[in-house]
Amino acid sequence: MPRFALVDCNNFYVSCERVFNPALVGVPVVVLSNNDGCVIARSNEAKAFGIAMGAPWFKVRELAEKRGVVALSSNYALYGDMSGRVMSVLAEHVPVLEVYSIDESFLDISTLPGDMLTEWGRELRATVRQWTGIPVSVGMASTKTLAKLANSLSKTSPRLQGVLDLTQNPRWLDAALHKTAVGDVWGIGRRWAKRLTDVGVHTAADLRDADTDLIRRHIGICGVRTQQELRGDAVLELDHAPEPRKSCCCSRSFGKAVGDYGQVRDAVSAFAGRAARKIRDERLVSGCVQVFIRTSPFRNTAPQYSNSTTVPLSPATAATPAILDAALRGLSAIWRDGYAYAKAGVILLDLIPAGTEIRDLFTPMPPTHHAPLMQAMDALNDRYGRETLHFGLAAAQKDWVSHQDQRTPSYTTRWQDIPSVRVE
Amino acid sequence: MFHIVSIARSDEGAPPVHVPEYSCTVPAGFPSPADDHLQNQLDVAGLLVARPAATFFCRAAGDSMTGAGIQDGDVLVVDRSISPQNGDIVVATCDGGLTVKRLRSMRPGEWVLEAANPAYPPLAIDAENGITVWGVVAWSLTRHCRR
Repeated sequence: MPRFALVDCNNFYVSCERVFNPALVGVPVVVLSNNDGCVIARSNEAKAFGIAMGAPWFKVRELAEKRGVVALSSNYALYGDMSGRVMSVLAEHVPVLEVYSIDESFLDISTLPGDMLTEWGRELRATVRQWTGIPVSVGMASTKTLAKLANSLSKTSPRLQGVLDLTQNPRWLDAALHKTAVGDVWGIGRRWAKRLTDVGVHTAADLRDADTDLIRRHIGICGVRTQQELRGDAVLELDHAPEPRKSCCCSRSFGKAVGDYGQVRDAVSAFAGRAARKIRDERLVSGCVQVFIRTSPFRNTAPQYSNSTTVPLSPATAATPAILDAALRGLSAIWRDGYAYAKAGVILLDLIPAGTEIRDLFTPMPPTHHAPLMQAMDALNDRYGRETLHFGLAAAQKDWVSHQDQRTPSYTTRWQDIPSVRVE
Repeated sequence: MFHIVSIARSDEGAPPVHVPEYSCTVPAGFPSPADDHLQNQLDVAGLLVARPAATFFCRAAGDSMTGAGIQDGDVLVVDRSISPQNGDIVVATCDGGLTVKRLRSMRPGEWVLEAANPAYPPLAIDAENGITVWGVVAWSLTRHCRR
């Protein structure tokens, strides 16, 4: 019988910050999105004040400051590194896992002795906590959907100590399904939850027991699949070899609105360079560059404009000069003077593994100096720091750089930033 | 002939790992007699970092652990996968920050953090007061030449 565990890091971004700054333990903390726009992580203390996930910071700021909530800018260098650490500890404990997001993994636990799962989960949790400092919760069940549900419930009762095994006792499983609102089931969105409650399906147990035709009529085949999963048929398998990515986006909201072509061009150049570097690291080449710019939809008194265009790359390439050239041609085609731009981005599309590009008689040969040039540039940037060497336009002054007023140091990825310890 | 291939991680903090690679493709002439005895180059990361997932670097600030061999400015290699034992030098959480102390067990089950400097009294390990062991210091790296 297949069995799955979902391991989820508790309040992951806040937990990462707390590892290196113990003063944040027990204190309400929120982490804000790029540009300090929205709340994207909350400690339990901050949740208790009613600060919602995704709340725009300017709306909750006053309440948060009155209650002494510490607000931090997001520090993705830190979160990415800590995520890699947690996942590699998990990978030592099971034969196969699927890294589902930055803070969650599905583990294949079919081969573990079934009567020991709770102890195994507790030990796994303790090991991750000791090695990385990150608290996790473990939900175990016979399908991925049920494991996800077990995981959410494991956080609700302190008695469970963050571990819930729903594979052993059918009565526990039944109680868990009755306790879970249908909208909280993995794969049932808010929209579907509304349709389901309209026809009397309120809990996960209701969905499990509902007439399959009714579910198919109201929410389609995905709903039927979720129903099967709730009934204990594992129709979703572990996805441990994710599809190679098909696109790569690099975009940012600007720190303040920008009306100057030169500045937007500099930003787009920097994004093109970063996106090109990302696909080179994954040994991909791109056949098409998309560029977009837009004004802020939140400033509805100002004139609005948004546009995007795609520029083909022939031959497909990952070389910054070719991608930069295409991105800037795209930008000049969609640029309009007289708007305050809030965001721009570059998306590399039609990604395929390098070396598999198909050329015909009319495809020009790529310039031969690009490959060694890119290798040299990447090696120098690895050695001396990101963007030590970059293309002229991407330099300039960076008025467009996001606001990140409260970002903590890159504790684990920059020598200058490693935590200081008092010796006394 | 060797090619040194630098497999660097995308972050700048990780030390590169050097891997030698065969490159004896000369069709005429003699292959290098050393090729059959090729070994990896010595890699300092492999020496210092036994468990990458659990290893963190910190910098020591202050000179009152010189008796224990820790100088001001040293890089400390902290391995959180090591279970702390009596006598270990550890990084601990204390007063909302991180500090270096020596771990001592006075009686079974009773642990204190001892400062090398007698001006600081020993601290009892006490999760309620936020005093916990953060990780065991496996190595300290002192830079002797500043040029």
